[in-house]
Amino acid sequence: MRRKNTLIAWSFIAPNFIGFFIFTLVPIFASFLLAFMKWDAFSPPEFVGFANFIQMFQDESVRIAILNTIYYTAGNVPLTLVCSLGLALLLNKKIKGVAWFRAAIFFPFITSLVAVAVVWNMILHPTMGPVNYFLQSMGIQNPPGWTSSSDWAMPAVIITSVWRGMGYYMVLYLAGLQGIPKQLYEAAEIDGANSWHKFKSVTLPMLRPTTFFVTIMLTISSFKVFDLIQIMTEGGPGRSTNVLVYQIYTESFVKFDFGYASAIALVLFVLVLGITIVQFRLEKRYGE
Amino acid sequence: MIKLNSIVVKLKSKQLGVKKKERLINVIIFISLLVLSLLVLVPFAWMISSSLKFDAEVFTMPIEWLPRNPQWSNYLDIWRVIPLATFFKNTIILSVVVTLLQVFTSSFAAYGFSRMKFKGRDVLFLAYIGTIAVPWQTYMIPQFIMMRNFGLTDTLLALMLLQAFTAFGVFLMRQYYLGIPEELSEAARIDGLNEYGIYFRIILPLTKPALATLTILTFVSTWNDYMGPFIYLSSTELKTIQVGLRMFVGQFSAQYSLIMAASVTSIIPIAIVFLFCQKYFIEGIAASGVKG
Repeated sequence: MRRKNTLIAWSFIAPNFIGFFIFTLVPIFASFLLAFMKWDAFSPPEFVGFANFIQMFQDESVRIAILNTIYYTAGNVPLTLVCSLGLALLLNKKIKGVAWFRAAIFFPFITSLVAVAVVWNMILHPTMGPVNYFLQSMGIQNPPGWTSSSDWAMPAVIITSVWRGMGYYMVLYLAGLQGIPKQLYEAAEIDGANSWHKFKSVTLPMLRPTTFFVTIMLTISSFKVFDLIQIMTEGGPGRSTNVLVYQIYTESFVKFDFGYASAIALVLFVLVLGITIVQFRLEKRYGE
Repeated sequence: MIKLNSIVVKLKSKQLGVKKKERLINVIIFISLLVLSLLVLVPFAWMISSSLKFDAEVFTMPIEWLPRNPQWSNYLDIWRVIPLATFFKNTIILSVVVTLLQVFTSSFAAYGFSRMKFKGRDVLFLAYIGTIAVPWQTYMIPQFIMMRNFGLTDTLLALMLLQAFTAFGVFLMRQYYLGIPEELSEAARIDGLNEYGIYFRIILPLTKPALATLTILTFVSTWNDYMGPFIYLSSTELKTIQVGLRMFVGQFSAQYSLIMAASVTSIIPIAIVFLFCQKYFIEGIAASGVKG
């Protein structure tokens, strides 16, 4: 009977599991092995120990890529967080048309990334774009060169990314806000709290779990950024927006150095995992 | 008595004041929301407006939001200049197949994970969940080599196989199943239904909202996926709308109005899906976020 049950259970799981096993689980384990090999895709793979990692420590491109990834993350995470929380607070009121506003702000998130990145590239065009036209008419003599300048390319990518992502995290914050019991606000009002006090001592602490979740999601997705960079700057000008995943892509699919690329990919995994663990620890320590 | 009356009057006027203040705040919030959502939508307005101009007009300042002489022909030309119809066909095939496979196998597997007990179930589920934390970019290389060995690079089939069996779908469906009382299945078992019967007759109809959510999330993410098709598809006739549009932008970088017309066209299908299924979208994201 029990055996039969197990068999039936497996028949439910198998259609998904077989695909999952072959196309996800096996490659994940293979990627760990591949990181310790030299393989150019044409000659047979060769075990090289830690050679890839030693090479990586001396590779300036990898160091720049890591720094650029951190730069992007440090800009994208707090800005998106603040914008999405602010929008959620505004939208958490019973006002006419709230559903429409919510939809409008969420809309960029589901639109095709290519279209969006292309239009932002044109809006931020250094000599002809409307943004710089506006800045010049405001009296700014030398407006930023955006994607054509190595100093301003990353801010341009971050602006586009915040604009596109804030609607998604706003939805998460709205769900969090709706989970706060009304009695807490009523109690605070009886104690004579004004709006700012209510926000500081009721809303923010009650949103902690949401903020924690949003921060982790945002950080992980920032570390994985590729599409926006590929479409807007292709890692340039120079190496100014060359992020980790772009480096992995170049090493593997342009230079066909699969082993070395896998080693960098492993570093990406360790970084993402490390950040998640640190954030969990912090949440636990300050959570109570 | 008179004193009391005056207090009541005072209280009432204070209440009125509060109400007035509240209404004023609501008006301010309404106006700021209006301004903010218009700001968010401005790039789309500019996209549409530019798509109806001549190339030379796109960057004339100050911006002419309504083109004096709208070039509707741009929307006809793009179908000739680039194989937009082929791109759409490929994207639709890919998205539909991936979504069907994903929704069906996930919902089926989630039943096994939430409604049936067997040895090693929890360990296996943990392995599923664990992979969600691994960025795809860390194992895309072995995946690619595997597909190359199968002779499947530059095929839509490769992308279907890669995207149809993710752990996320199983996880999302299982979350919903856990909310369905076990007694329902028990009762059905007593009535003589086997597990497959319970799944098809009881669980499947009960989880329609979850199925809708997973369908929409999978469809949109496959439709918008960039890096997968970017790596796998090199022939033009196999490209999806995303990588196809990107190729077009690279080739015709100065034909601004055509680029914008193609961009608008690429957004329309998703905008329609969003308009009709907004509720599932937003609920699905909130559910997977909060419960996750």
